[in-house]
Amino acid sequence: MKRRLFLKSAMAGSAVATAVGAGLLTPTMVFANSADFKAVSDAAGASSAGAGKGSFKFKAPKIAENGAVVPMTVDASKMDGVTNISFFVVNNSTPLAASFNLSGAATGYVSTRIKMGKTSPVEALVTAGGTTTKVAQEVKVTIGGCGG
Amino acid sequence: MGKIKLKPKARKGVIGIKALITHPMETGQRKKKGKLVPANHITHMTVSHNGNVVVDADIGATISKNPYFKFHIAGAKGDTIELTYKDNNGKTGSATAKSK
Repeated sequence: MKRRLFLKSAMAGSAVATAVGAGLLTPTMVFANSADFKAVSDAAGASSAGAGKGSFKFKAPKIAENGAVVPMTVDASKMDGVTNISFFVVNNSTPLAASFNLSGAATGYVSTRIKMGKTSPVEALVTAGGTTTKVAQEVKVTIGGCGG
Repeated sequence: MGKIKLKPKARKGVIGIKALITHPMETGQRKKKGKLVPANHITHMTVSHNGNVVVDADIGATISKNPYFKFHIAGAKGDTIELTYKDNNGKTGSATAKSK
């Protein structure tokens, strides 16, 4: 009798585990980014749509072998009054990677490494003197960097 | 909790700041053995130069694990650079370095 009970409870436990594993709990339910970051991301998306072509340098690899680490650089040090530099990965679930507000002695230069789930155009947005401009580049990813 | 490497180096009136933060940067979407790994990533970072904030960044989970950043700031040798960050669990970290 004891053994039978044990088997029963063990089976019930594994059923729960499979439910989680099968994706009944979707990633969006436990989505990581906070609401205010999402708002920033949305705002960046909106400004990206209306942005003209920028005259700064944007360096990103054409092919990234590992999507978990994609180095990219924005060099807008020739532009005056750069107030914001953002990286925008169009096909990621949260497109905005990071937004850097620059002030004071900072010159328009930011370099960082980002994660990419799959091949996507990457946009660099630079705001200088109130106007936003962008430069886009397609980055091909052979292995995704978001646990896929 | 994270370790920060901060290396500012002055050259021709511009300080190049290299920063490497040791942080897992979990998105909260990745699964390990069928369970989601809880989110743990940096959300906010500031860099100050002689006490004035020069870079104020909103950072998403899209930034790679052990994030690396590089900035250029006008300044000279001996200036103090400070970096602070905050992650989504409210943990903070900071590092201070004198420019070389």
